[in-house]
Amino acid sequence: MTAQDDIVPAAALPGTKVRRAFGEVPGLKTLAFCFLAFLYLPIGVLVAYSFNEGNIVMVWTGFSTDWYAQALADADIRKAAMNSLIVAVSATAISTTCATLAALALARGGAFRGKVALLGLISLPLMVPEIVTAVATLVFFSSIGLRLGLGNVIIAHTTFCIPFAFMPIRARLEGMDTTLEQASRDLYASDWETFRLVTLPLLMPGVLAGAMLAFVISMDDFIITLMVAGAGDTTLPVYIYSMIRQGITPEVNAVSSILLLFSIAMVTAYWFTTRQKPGRNIH
Amino acid sequence: MPRTPEAATVTPLHSDMPSRPGTGAAPAIVLEDVRKTYGRGASAVQALRGISFEIRDNEFFTLLGPSGCGKTTLLRALAGFEHATGGTIRLFGQNIMDVSAHRRPVNTVFQHYALFPHMTVAENVAYGLRRLRRPADEIAAAVAETLRLVKMETFADRRPTQLSGGQQQRVALARALAPHPKVLLLDEPLSALDLKLRQAMRQELKQIQAKTGITFIFVTHDQDEALSMSDRIAVMSDGLVQQVGTPTEIYERPANRFVAGFVGDANFIKAAIMSRANTEVTCKTIGGLELRADGKKARAGQRDVTLFLRPEKVRLGAPGQGSVDGVVATLQYLGNACLMEVDIGEATPLLVSERIADVDQPRRAAGDRVGVKLDPRSLQVLEE
Ligand SMILES: Nc1ncnc2c1ncn2[C@@H]1O[C@H](COP(=O)(O)OP(=O)(O)OP(=O)(O)O)[C@@H](O)[C@H]1O
Ligand SMILES: [Mg+2]
Repeated sequence: MTAQDDIVPAAALPGTKVRRAFGEVPGLKTLAFCFLAFLYLPIGVLVAYSFNEGNIVMVWTGFSTDWYAQALADADIRKAAMNSLIVAVSATAISTTCATLAALALARGGAFRGKVALLGLISLPLMVPEIVTAVATLVFFSSIGLRLGLGNVIIAHTTFCIPFAFMPIRARLEGMDTTLEQASRDLYASDWETFRLVTLPLLMPGVLAGAMLAFVISMDDFIITLMVAGAGDTTLPVYIYSMIRQGITPEVNAVSSILLLFSIAMVTAYWFTTRQKPGRNIH
Repeated sequence: MPRTPEAATVTPLHSDMPSRPGTGAAPAIVLEDVRKTYGRGASAVQALRGISFEIRDNEFFTLLGPSGCGKTTLLRALAGFEHATGGTIRLFGQNIMDVSAHRRPVNTVFQHYALFPHMTVAENVAYGLRRLRRPADEIAAAVAETLRLVKMETFADRRPTQLSGGQQQRVALARALAPHPKVLLLDEPLSALDLKLRQAMRQELKQIQAKTGITFIFVTHDQDEALSMSDRIAVMSDGLVQQVGTPTEIYERPANRFVAGFVGDANFIKAAIMSRANTEVTCKTIGGLELRADGKKARAGQRDVTLFLRPEKVRLGAPGQGSVDGVVATLQYLGNACLMEVDIGEATPLLVSERIADVDQPRRAAGDRVGVKLDPRSLQVLEE
């Protein structure tokens, strides 16, 4: 008998032949497995049928990559994908910059009136139902008569991306040791040099995380884009929706899979950039 | 690093200040009634309550005091991280109250080193010189030289996280020394090191200070550290300076009861002064003992004075041989010395430290009767 056995509830002891790891709950593994299947099975099916030869979605007739070729050759899909990229890249750049500045002002700007309220205001859009934001944005744009085409979409995306970009940046900044910045000033660096040479490099993992989150959220957005985008400004998610309305073909699967690949690439890149490298971590 | 005329006027921002005097005639720092209050209203904390003293050029100066007495606050006011709420601070004659931190020719060694984790050791050390826009070859030479000074030349390409605490400490020191500041501030730099390393570093810091000729201001709450390294010490308590003096002055002639009790062990005996001849007074203790003591400022007839005596200044002999007889109450054997509490009929027993130097020295035991010899020159009347 080891000391650990004493901690196991008495009911688990008699008759139990299988020795479980401490703290393990019976059935948890099965539950976790079911949960993962529930999460990934639909996606798995979608990707699998994107390689289907026939044009009826749920009947497997053979392997082919024709639908990918067709999707990639489709001028409308290419245009929508291009729009998505332009919007996501612009919105990510602008929202990450705004979020970084906001986080810096809140964490390093000293005390000012309404600081807590401001913090709440920045995070609040996360709680507002997307359809409300969508309608509000649409009404706002039409009431001021703003017609910038893709520009409207970029502005709308920037707005809802800011809180997503803000959160990881702020978290990183809160955990950062302010004596490093003091040390920099002590060594004759001006405020700008301190920001450029110490604060920003150390903040970078947070900024990257925020940017990637914003990028994925923007790439993925449907409701707001649907409302705001004009005829020629369709993004990929909106285009996929219009394809489905004309009937589901494996081409939809193929396009969706390409979008999925994009997200996975993004997450992988994120993982590699934020992984603790020796000598790069902050304590 | 040898002191050269070039090193003396390191930066343009130094040039508007008097050039480094070699003799140490001009004070490096003059503090006049420096005050700092954190917060305001009911929650205000008076961290510094009027600090005035001078720090000489080329001095190893220590700020010693218990936790919370304001040492770090004073250091931060010198570095420019904290704006003093009153008084003036002069650096080589120039009032620096309104000079921002990055323009003060003063560098800091932080308690937890604060090395830049995204830079190599060499980049860390070069940081200050790069901000001063020095030529690249000069920077490279200074970095190599400073790393050699702290014995870290083989670690130049490592990252701070790949170093031990002691090594990080050396890099932090090198980084602060490389721009050759006029004054180096060190906030408890040794407190995170283990005992052996700490003692070795004491010697080394002292040597580095002598070699570079930079004025060191060293903060500690460790009295051994303060006594063994400093040219002069300022003992602080509760936002005020209690005494400024050499280690000997602080230890042998403490200005008041706080200093006497904080630096080293001490016996305090309450007494009344009977008469006085020159600097020597005769006093009567509460227990009825008549003792002669050293008291320049004591007046005859003064009641309720405190006599002060270091435990190692007491000599023990056979009963009847001293000023008074006593009984050894408790005894601690420390190897090189024996620490005893000897009951001499006073309110508190007398703390006695007897060095064990001779083989045939009598071994004491609890309950022994001893004669206690009190030298009038080591028994002092404390000013309250
Ligand atoms: N930023 C601050 N805001 C409010 N009070 C502070 C602040 N910094 C320090 N104090 C208070 O000022 C007093 C002096 O603090 P300081 O840090 O200078 O002490 P210290 O002598 O360095 O102590 P230690 O040996 O523990 O480091 C303390 O009472 C502390 O609580
Ligand atoms: Mg301190």
